[in-house]
Amino acid sequence: MGIEPGRLHFSWISSAESTKFAKVAQEVSDKVKALGPNDHFAKKELKVA
Amino acid sequence: MIAYTDKIQEIARRLLKDCKVETVIGFRKGSVPMMNEPCFITSADAADGLVWDGNCGINLANYLTNRKEKIAVFAKGCDSRNIANHIIENKIDREQLYIVGVPCQGMIEKRRIRQMAPGEITEATEDGDEIRVKGRDFEEVYNRDEALQKNCAVCVHRNPVIHDEMVADEVEEQTDVDRFADVREIEAMSPEERRVFFRKLLEPCIRCYACRNACPLCYCPTCFVDESQPQWVGKSQNPTDIWTFHFLRAYHCAGRCTDCGACERACPVGINMRLLTKKLNKDAFDQWGWEAGLNLEERPPLDTYRPNDPEEFIK
Ligand code: SF4
Ligand code: SF4
Repeated sequence: MGIEPGRLHFSWISSAESTKFAKVAQEVSDKVKALGPNDHFAKKELKVA
Repeated sequence: MIAYTDKIQEIARRLLKDCKVETVIGFRKGSVPMMNEPCFITSADAADGLVWDGNCGINLANYLTNRKEKIAVFAKGCDSRNIANHIIENKIDREQLYIVGVPCQGMIEKRRIRQMAPGEITEATEDGDEIRVKGRDFEEVYNRDEALQKNCAVCVHRNPVIHDEMVADEVEEQTDVDRFADVREIEAMSPEERRVFFRKLLEPCIRCYACRNACPLCYCPTCFVDESQPQWVGKSQNPTDIWTFHFLRAYHCAGRCTDCGACERACPVGINMRLLTKKLNKDAFDQWGWEAGLNLEERPPLDTYRPNDPEEFIK
């Protein structure tokens, strides 16, 4: 649907794997930050003239 | 196909007279040409009103959800697959149903015929491979094959997969069709091209939900788009709202859609939203060799766990 590669991530993390969770969360947010904002899916209000 | 009509009436009459079923679900002529409508009949006398031709594209499985009585239903290949799906999802019992299989040669896309005709069509009849349409100052004959619904043109399950009786002998299945050519074209696009493509595809949507209402899979008592506490998706025609509706609906149909085409047929503005569900059909087929509703034994992939699932997308 037009989401660029790298914006969406999937992982299996058990509830016992707290360090893995922290690591993956950090990686995901770094990668997405590097891609920059994608505002195509943000709802834009119609401008009233 | 029109030749099935007599046989269909005869079967309906017999089933109702013998009290085999309480209700028969079939088609009767609509009030405008090429628009047959589903009908429920409960007395043998009413069987005379039943018809069959290339305008029976509505999926009758849609009318079986949570019914309690014993029902006979006429089923094309795709209808029968959606009926199987309904049984698997506990929306109706197999024992409640008397399925009359109708081997199908494809349904007609009325929009295409209307485009080809030089004026407003007031009468349309089918005879073998030909469709004869009449209007005020014209009479034209078209070939069935040029006017097939897009999904029917590439259908490989024209014969009903489950049935208690057949209206006629099985028809030959198509084997030389490329079912997913349109999906591959979209897969080959870059993410940006794809975004623009879907934007254009869905732009005309007026959020009437005719596609959802025509779909036998969309039987939830309250659809997520109608929910107001919480409101998952806005009600407007803002592109983001339209997208949310269409993409989420498509995912709700994953591993269940039979590509019957009822959704596209119902759309008043002619959107081919089947492209979304077809992609998921293709994924289910590529990953698990799955096609929805082919039998009553196999559980659908999305409610099965297998240790050897590909799962390539998960790290
Ligand atoms: S999504 Fe469309 S093609 Fe698929 S089962 Fe529903 S109505 Fe049929
Ligand atoms: S039937 Fe067509 S216009 Fe209506 S909601 Fe579905 S896609 Fe939109």
